[in-house]
Amino acid sequence: MMSETRSSRTALKSRNLFIGVALTSIFALAALLSLIWTPYDVTQLDISSKLKSPSWEHLFGTDHFGRDTFSMVMVGAQTSISVAFIAVGIGMGLGVPLGLSAAAYRGGLLDEFIMRGNDLIFAFPSLLIAIMITAVFGPSAVNAIIAIGIFNIPVFARLSRGAALPLWTRDFILSARVAGKGSARISVEHILPNITNLLVVQGTIQFSLGILAEAGLSYVGLGVQPPIPSWGRMLAESQTLISIAPHLALFPGFAILLTVLGLNLAGDGLRDLLDPRIRRTRR
Amino acid sequence: MLPYLIKRLGSLIVSLFVASLVIFACIEIVPGDPASFMLGVNAQPDTVNALREELGLNTSHTQRYVSWISGLLKGDLGTSYTYRSPVSDIVADRLQVSVPLALYALTLTILIAFPVGVLAAAWRGSAVDLFVMGATQLGIAVPNFWFAILMVIVFAINLGWFSAGGFPGWDAGILAVIKALTLPAVALALPQASILARVMRSSLLDTLSEDYIRSARAKGLSRRQVMWRHALRNAMIPVLTIIGLQFSFLLAGAIIIENVFFLPGLGRLVFQAITQRDLIVVESVVMLLVFAVVLVNFLVDLAYAWVDPRLRERS
Repeated sequence: MMSETRSSRTALKSRNLFIGVALTSIFALAALLSLIWTPYDVTQLDISSKLKSPSWEHLFGTDHFGRDTFSMVMVGAQTSISVAFIAVGIGMGLGVPLGLSAAAYRGGLLDEFIMRGNDLIFAFPSLLIAIMITAVFGPSAVNAIIAIGIFNIPVFARLSRGAALPLWTRDFILSARVAGKGSARISVEHILPNITNLLVVQGTIQFSLGILAEAGLSYVGLGVQPPIPSWGRMLAESQTLISIAPHLALFPGFAILLTVLGLNLAGDGLRDLLDPRIRRTRR
Repeated sequence: MLPYLIKRLGSLIVSLFVASLVIFACIEIVPGDPASFMLGVNAQPDTVNALREELGLNTSHTQRYVSWISGLLKGDLGTSYTYRSPVSDIVADRLQVSVPLALYALTLTILIAFPVGVLAAAWRGSAVDLFVMGATQLGIAVPNFWFAILMVIVFAINLGWFSAGGFPGWDAGILAVIKALTLPAVALALPQASILARVMRSSLLDTLSEDYIRSARAKGLSRRQVMWRHALRNAMIPVLTIIGLQFSFLLAGAIIIENVFFLPGLGRLVFQAITQRDLIVVESVVMLLVFAVVLVNFLVDLAYAWVDPRLRERS
């Protein structure tokens, strides 16, 4: 009976993975497609057809400038995904080397310094600091990326240090040592490949948090600037028109919801697929 | 316990000191001179210089840092350039919105998360559990400001049960305050409750598979008794950590929701101060929020060490 529930559980998990990857792919494809084609030009204003309800002509209706909401959601996908992706890249690119060096020289001054630095970043209210950074240096996509990226560094530093520490006591690392490899080389050649799975799973989760953060920042006007559409700003603009054109508030919101949901489901599914240790325990 | 306390207190002070340096440095490198910003582009250089003198902007970095910190230690948060009144007064005013909102949202979070988490764990693998896991997955993925906008459409504009924005002040009576704060609190609580319910569920499942639970069952206690007497109490540790983190998040992280509902809270204060280059307000309020977060984490750590002696020894 035990094995029966386990296999149904695994089936459920792989269904999650499937739904997650499917949802994410839809938005990723929409973002890619928007680079070469959108049904309408999003910078083209057409006041004569403003605030149209959804129809075959305009699938998601039009906004107060007569821009096609469907096209804007497509380009918005490109904005959200690229900002969040680069921010996670920054977090991984800086966090993983920091975490690996902390683990390689564990207990030393460097380790202490890196970990306390991480604690410090964690102590700051992240959203507030992100808002401070973008407001201080001017609202732009680059500053939004930096603001979100900074808070990803300690996440990856902590994760890779924690995962690397137990590996350092293993026999295969010892034999690499005996073979004369230095700490840095061991970290790259032996530790890193063994923690890649964890990094991929965490990366997916951080990606989804990045999408939410980007939406929040651009909602308060501190993300990508007009005329480039972003989901957060579309929602902010819809708020003033809420009683006459509620459809404007629906589509960008669903886009955020489904992208984040897709990434979370994919992350959960990947964790189960890539890390059999977790699969075997309950949870 | 005492050595542990001293060690944690030491690291608390170091964190706060470094945080103050970082905040100060961030504010100092802000482009744009607050004095010329306040006086506008047509101001005479003499006037700008006089205002710089008045604001203490002509002194060195070190002098400014020292006077800021010594002020903070005495409870003096400085004087706002734009409001022309002590920052501590403005903050006290804003806390009347932010603290009740955070507490309201936290109460909702706990009230939703506890029963839901316990139910899902007790009926693990059942339809109830599946529903809870699905619903919480959605709750985590929903951007809370979007959910807030949708609630405004339904409950404020269409049904008229709650106000769509603004804060009437405590003088308007408790009912008016509840009308103003309910939708923001629900919007804040939804993702937090989803997270907490999941933590509660997995923590309970971990505890329920422990040996002492099996012993308790073996000596004849019912599932229900085991759940209430043994499992819940032991499952609370990770749950309490998350609650601690959530409270500090709600205090500082309500900034976007405050913007949706035009609530005069702390987050909105910082947001407006940044755009008006009222840097002393930004500096002091961010420092205050960091202090709150560090303090909450410190208290949670202490509570652990109190409950679980193993943690004391390990550090």
